[in-house]
Amino acid sequence: MVMLTLKTVSKTFYPGTVNEKKALERVNLELSKGDFATIVGSNGAGKSTLFNAITGSFYVDEGQIILAGEDITYRREHIRSKVIGHLFQDPMKGSAPHMSIEENMALAYLRASTSSHAYFSRISKKDKRVFREQLALLNMGLEDRMKQPVGLLSGGQRQALTLLMATMVTPKILLLDEHTAALDPATAQKVLELTRTIVAERGITCLMVTHNMHQALELGNRTLMMDRGRIVLDIRGEERKKMTVDDLLARFREQAGEGLDNDRILLS
Amino acid sequence: MESVFTFSILQSALELGFIYSLVALALFISFSILNIADLSTDGCFTLGCAVGAMVTMSGHPFLALPAAMAAGVCSGFVTAFLQTKMGVPSILAGIIVNTGLYTVNIAVMDFSSNVNLFGCDTIFSLAKEVSSADWYGNCYKIAIVAAAVLIVGVILAWFLNTRLGLSIRATGDNEYMVRASSINPVFTITVGLCVSNSLTALSGAVLAQYQKSCDINLGTGMVTIALASLIIGETIIGKGSMFKRVVGVILGSCLYRFIVAVALRLNVPAECLKLVSALIVAFAIAFPYLKGQAAFYKSHRIHGRLGANNGKGGDGNVDA
Repeated sequence: MVMLTLKTVSKTFYPGTVNEKKALERVNLELSKGDFATIVGSNGAGKSTLFNAITGSFYVDEGQIILAGEDITYRREHIRSKVIGHLFQDPMKGSAPHMSIEENMALAYLRASTSSHAYFSRISKKDKRVFREQLALLNMGLEDRMKQPVGLLSGGQRQALTLLMATMVTPKILLLDEHTAALDPATAQKVLELTRTIVAERGITCLMVTHNMHQALELGNRTLMMDRGRIVLDIRGEERKKMTVDDLLARFREQAGEGLDNDRILLS
Repeated sequence: MESVFTFSILQSALELGFIYSLVALALFISFSILNIADLSTDGCFTLGCAVGAMVTMSGHPFLALPAAMAAGVCSGFVTAFLQTKMGVPSILAGIIVNTGLYTVNIAVMDFSSNVNLFGCDTIFSLAKEVSSADWYGNCYKIAIVAAAVLIVGVILAWFLNTRLGLSIRATGDNEYMVRASSINPVFTITVGLCVSNSLTALSGAVLAQYQKSCDINLGTGMVTIALASLIIGETIIGKGSMFKRVVGVILGSCLYRFIVAVALRLNVPAECLKLVSALIVAFAIAFPYLKGQAAFYKSHRIHGRLGANNGKGGDGNVDA
């Protein structure tokens, strides 16, 4: 079953000015249910723009976005986000610092319920029990700090919490925008493991931007490469299994006609 | 004699403190929670006062309160509409609405600049007739306003913990999170400002009945006063549960009125009250910052850094 389809999606910022930037150029992409695709590419290649087009931060100039059979091209952002999980690179962006862990989770938990009487529902004992169980899975001791404001947590804890919040109600697609890049290596590893487990357990369709070439090949079942607003490589199956980091870089050079000029690329 | 005088000062300070605490609670929603400086507060307060006074005059003192709140909701809606749908920056939206409300308020008061309610039934006069006991005559006013604030405070604290309340709080707390989590900021800002302005107007309506008059300039400076109450409350109570913070705001309002009463008692002329208010606000806002600076300064002195550099060790400037 196809989960996400992008058909010739284009977006140009500041059209007609000197700053004109073709951020997405006729991008075509099809993700099946349960696909986990990693995306690599230099800065400005259009990775984040692609995510923002899917979440609805802006409407695309051309093309069509279809999520789980529904055309969402012109659907408003807050309506789309009921079924889209989005994690940012900055751990501070995913949760409300002055609200408690419990309240943050309640917001995430309630978002899928569409009935209007839920407007005045409060956090029930049962909800709290569910939150506790979920937090315990993180193994960070957060289940005993549910009344504390999220602002007191470390970056890694906040990102783990955000991941939990984004997946608490299983999203149709999960967008991870370098969500471990701002964390220290040990914490990043932990959050990554957590991501892998949650995505695998629930068969969540997932797109993940990374600058780590090793990760790009190791995680998930597809690797996409973007360059100047286009998806230039889509590697999967046997081809992907055999591919090494060097092969990937070589393929990129072939496609883009130049080296991957980016000091943030990690070759480890 | 002295003690009786102090008691009556305390009593009227409390009465006014409770009435004005509704405005402080309104700013608590717009300023602290939604992170929006709603400058339409002055006009909205007068609007509530005017609507309250006119409806009271027509013989419906109880209807006056919801009527004023409804007027406040409309005012809040316009402010919210300007900033969410028209792209007007929030501060400007407040100023624009505030300016427009002046005319609206005059019109509500039948194009006169003040209205008297002498001889009309008010919630206070109706309550007074219930009993003629001495103790009752002393405290019925405070009982009414305290009850009103208690009800509003409890409902507000409850509301801010519902799903809608949480969404409103998140809107002011983290815009990125809001965008990613199916909250419609247009909706939450609108609801927040409507609730906030309805409380401001309610406060105006209660005040109109309390002082049996309404004046077109009644609301001038209200936003400063409410802000002072709010910040005094947040300074003394600090962060905590919603209920605790709501109580803090109410306490702050009473404390502010008490400070003003003391200033009056010290024979500060009534014309200077606005200046006194401004000083209190400036001090209340500066206090947490100064406290932090003082702590920093002190710890550096203890470690000898500033003390060593500064021959006299006295009033060395931290920034220098």
